Amino acid sequence: MSVNLTLLIVMGALYACGIYLILERSLTRVLLGLMLLANATNLLILATGGYAGLAPLFSKDTPAQDYNDPLPQALILTSIVISFAVTAFMLGIIYRTWLLARQDEIQDDVEDRRVAETPSFDAEDDAEVPVETSEFPLTMVGSDGRDVSDRGAPGADADQEAGRSVATVVAGGREMPAEHAAAEEMPGSLNIDPSPEGGGK
Amino acid sequence: MITVLAVHFSVAVLAPFLFRLWGRNAFYALAAVPAVSFGWLLFQHNPIYTGSGAVTEDIEWIPSLHLEFAFRMDALAWVMSLLVLGVGSLVLVYCARYFKRKDQDLGAFGAQLLAFAGAMFGLVAADDLLLLFIFWELTTVLSYLLIGFARTRLAARRSALQALMVTTAGGLAMLVGLIMLGATAGTYRISSILDQASALAAGTSGGVVSAAVVLILVGAITKSALVPFHFWLPGAMAAPTPVSAYLHAAAMVKAGIYLVARLAPGFSDTAYWQPVVLGLGLATMLVGGYRALRQSDIKLILAYGTVSQLGFLTMVVGLGTPDAALAGLAMLLAHGLFKATLFLVVGIIDHQSGTRDVRKLSGVFRSSRALGIVAGIGAASMAGVPLLAGFVAKESVLEAFVHHAADPHSGPWGMVVLVGLAVGSILTFAYSARFMWGAFAVKHGVDATPFKAVRPSFLAAPAILSILTVAYGLWPVPVDAWIQPYAALFASTAPDAGTPVEQAGHLALWHGFTPALGLTAVTFVLGLAMYFGRNAVARAQSLVPGWVDGDRAYQLTIGALDDAAVWITGRTQRGSLYFYLAVILSVAFVLPLAAILLGGNALPQDIYLVDPNSPLQLVAGVGIVIGALAAVKANKRFLAVLMVSVTGYGIALVFALQGAPDLALTQMLVETIILVAFVLAMRSLPPELRDRTGGKYRVVRVIIGAGFGVTMVFAAMFAMGARTAIPVSLQFPQLAYEGGGGLNVVNVTLVDIRAWDTFGEISVLALAATGVASLIFVRGRGERLQASASVAAGTVGRFHGVDPGSRDGAALAISRRFAAAARDPWIVAGRTLAPERRSIIFEVVTRLIFHSMIIFSLYLLLAGHNLPGGGFAGGLTAGLALTIRYLAGGRFELREAAPLSAGALLGIGLALAAASAVVPLLLGGQVFQSAIIQVWLPVFGDIKFVTSTIFDIGVYIVVVGLVLDVLRSLGAEIDEHLEERSLDAGQEPDQEEQRQDEEEQEPDGLPAETTAKGHA
Repeated sequence: MSVNLTLLIVMGALYACGIYLILERSLTRVLLGLMLLANATNLLILATGGYAGLAPLFSKDTPAQDYNDPLPQALILTSIVISFAVTAFMLGIIYRTWLLARQDEIQDDVEDRRVAETPSFDAEDDAEVPVETSEFPLTMVGSDGRDVSDRGAPGADADQEAGRSVATVVAGGREMPAEHAAAEEMPGSLNIDPSPEGGGK
Repeated sequence: MITVLAVHFSVAVLAPFLFRLWGRNAFYALAAVPAVSFGWLLFQHNPIYTGSGAVTEDIEWIPSLHLEFAFRMDALAWVMSLLVLGVGSLVLVYCARYFKRKDQDLGAFGAQLLAFAGAMFGLVAADDLLLLFIFWELTTVLSYLLIGFARTRLAARRSALQALMVTTAGGLAMLVGLIMLGATAGTYRISSILDQASALAAGTSGGVVSAAVVLILVGAITKSALVPFHFWLPGAMAAPTPVSAYLHAAAMVKAGIYLVARLAPGFSDTAYWQPVVLGLGLATMLVGGYRALRQSDIKLILAYGTVSQLGFLTMVVGLGTPDAALAGLAMLLAHGLFKATLFLVVGIIDHQSGTRDVRKLSGVFRSSRALGIVAGIGAASMAGVPLLAGFVAKESVLEAFVHHAADPHSGPWGMVVLVGLAVGSILTFAYSARFMWGAFAVKHGVDATPFKAVRPSFLAAPAILSILTVAYGLWPVPVDAWIQPYAALFASTAPDAGTPVEQAGHLALWHGFTPALGLTAVTFVLGLAMYFGRNAVARAQSLVPGWVDGDRAYQLTIGALDDAAVWITGRTQRGSLYFYLAVILSVAFVLPLAAILLGGNALPQDIYLVDPNSPLQLVAGVGIVIGALAAVKANKRFLAVLMVSVTGYGIALVFALQGAPDLALTQMLVETIILVAFVLAMRSLPPELRDRTGGKYRVVRVIIGAGFGVTMVFAAMFAMGARTAIPVSLQFPQLAYEGGGGLNVVNVTLVDIRAWDTFGEISVLALAATGVASLIFVRGRGERLQASASVAAGTVGRFHGVDPGSRDGAALAISRRFAAAARDPWIVAGRTLAPERRSIIFEVVTRLIFHSMIIFSLYLLLAGHNLPGGGFAGGLTAGLALTIRYLAGGRFELREAAPLSAGALLGIGLALAAASAVVPLLLGGQVFQSAIIQVWLPVFGDIKFVTSTIFDIGVYIVVVGLVLDVLRSLGAEIDEHLEERSLDAGQEPDQEEQRQDEEEQEPDGLPAETTAKGHA
């Protein structure tokens, strides 16, 4: 199998320039790099066809070897049109990024940085758990055998009780004061400062 | 057995509806399920104990994976099932009074508890290692849900998660062990593995089997909360008390014991069995007992007591002698009875008094004597007081270990274990007494705890359990008979050993004056002493520094794991695309380069720099490289784009020189359209292109780029040099002419030989086009653009906010005067364009070439089969013609030129291509089969029509649709955005100036009134 060094060197140069460009932050340059990479790849496929030859337009008297290999050509034709579609799509992305953020640059992912700065303390895992010695802390009985609240005599502050009963939540099969629930409901994400971008939701 | 399981799980699914109907009384309905199953179990007694010793049921599940629903009910499984179903039923009955009517989520809770009973039954009945594992993990997951019942409480959430993590970690180790064992034995049937256990353990695979058994034991240890994983069980006391009673006393934690008991007949002689089982068991028993004495929450006293008893049970069950096996199962039953009783009692105390704190409870016995008696029976059984189940079982256990200690094979360790056992029993006695004292006694200086009267229905479940404890103690004969077949599995077959029953002994209240009885007496005396000296004990315990806390160690481990994960994530996931790409690309070239260098292959022979058939390639190549380098260096956006285009056109030239006219044509067209698209999309972006990745990053980029390029060159050289086969494409010309009926081999390849490929490609085109449209329009595809007739003349794209006194303003005024045209015969929408936007020359040129281009594109499409061209080239040419129309006449012109929606075009094209694939199929041919039709037409003469041209027409239409979408999106829609913005920019800064502008402009500009189309 023959190797066309001219095509390969040009291909190598295009790959090098393309890679250099896609390692850039500017989206436009990344797109240009991708186009160079596509061109380089087309050349690579073309080079597999061997020596230059006749255009593959059939004529009875020409032996098959004299044509330039038609198979890579068909592949490249497909590739050219697909790259056009991809380029158009990328242009759409670039325009939209510009419209939304006035940025033509690939930004670092702030969320990733925030994850890297997660503190080792997590309330869900590490907070002190209150010692509980009953599943029924609010139901005590008075000497008369009736239910009383452990907060005071029944009826003494009925208004307050009524007010408080509004602020209860029912969860886990039990009604409990909202403040207790809130104190226990400390999701770990509270430990992470919300970023100025408002990410992390 | 399968029916029992099915009923459990299906009723569990229905449970939420039952609770909606009946409220908390639905627990009674749920309790009926294990209760009826319990009755069924009693009927299985005769088949199991008189027949072959087991009842089996198998159903194929996934034969290819050797998975089957294999169940086997033997003596061990039967005894365990008694406990699981019986206690399960009683706990469900108890739940009906434990929970309050208004409690939430009871439906899910009841469903989980019932499903748990089913899973536990499946676990003990399974005869397949993998099936056992599935039920095992099912119990783990359900216990997670049950412990975490009070979802809002941190304690519940955290201990549920902790239990899940610990038991799942053990479960994974166990899975590895199970697979090792199953793979070694060649079967996953537990019964057949146990049959060949001695051969397995002694054979060449002995080491593997020992390791597998240790891994399985890890699973058992975590599940049964043995040291060092015991900490999760006291934590799990955050669960509602019925859950604790069932999962953490009678059922789930017994799964580990069950597994040890199941494997002991076969594997108790393997290398690491005895040290693991006896060592960890003893340690657990002592640690649990010691810590139970330190607790002030009666539930935690029981929890640590359970830990202690689990260690105790593991030792007994794992010892591997007939008498220990008998004693072990006896103890297992006794423990299930008394521990469930005690937990249920704790639940009642908590429910009625609102506390479980030893320091607050006082005088509960006076409030409810029945409760005190029930609890007293349970605690006495736990302590091993005569006439109760605990005493009977514990006597047998001590008996077995006295034998073990006396056995010369067990050496000095036998004695150590026996002493440890005795110490553990003393601790057990002490914490049992402490529990009774803490829960019921009258304490000086503490007010009598207010205590609501206990309803009989609430007390029923623990009362039944304590009655059973008494009955079992007084008449242990049935229990003895149930266990004997299991104990016989351990019986020695030596001639002087005697019958299995003689070796195992019997459960009985009175064995005579034996060493075991003596140990019991010592236990009682010292236990009582510890109880009465409890203050001294407490003082001594408070002097001992804190233990190595398992819970703390767990937290530190998890914390360290979290920190490590964050650290690694932070180092690898930096959020910089540049970093990721650099790593990926470096790997992508370093690896192949290393392979090439290390491989030491010679370069292929046939390398040439200048192709003798086309020497001009070298020149084109130089141009391409210069273009690429210039694109890299360019600091203006459009210059860079232009330079990339230079490489593209250069490559078109290379194609042409190589002998690929189709490629050259297509590449030229695409390059042109891309250039236009770039200009359209980027006109609102700033012209400068700054290079922000400087310094050392630039060096890295150069290295990676150059390295990648060089690697590709060498990789391509070696790859092509390695090619030996004759190219398949040598057949293509002949194929194309004879089969495809076309002379252009490339085109026939696309539309016929490799039509599937092309069909995939045009689908991608349609997708990409839709993507572009949705990125720009966000919704819709721009069909709402009005016809040009309704647009006022000269309004599109007016310059706003230009100072009329300036040079620009003067130029604008002149252009407006000259370029204004009210009538416009051909480029219809040209009229809508603001005069200053119009170019007469461009319009004239467009008029001249548009139709020619469309005709040419059709020619390319139809001639493509035989000459360079085809659907792609034709479609692109037509697209280019539309582009020119748009550029000359603006967005309304584009709409006039192509009134169809781009989406419709894409759809029609795809449908046409698909039809050309499907229709041959309907006519009895193959997908994409083509036919050649020859007709004679008057003017054209002989015409040869190949049906694959229809496919090519589809391609043509899709490409036109794609270009149209690009023009509508990147062209027309962005035009509109820009106009809106310039309008805003012109109006906002200064209202007064704006008004002045209008006054100045009004006479110059055209009247901005709508003109009807007929006017034009």
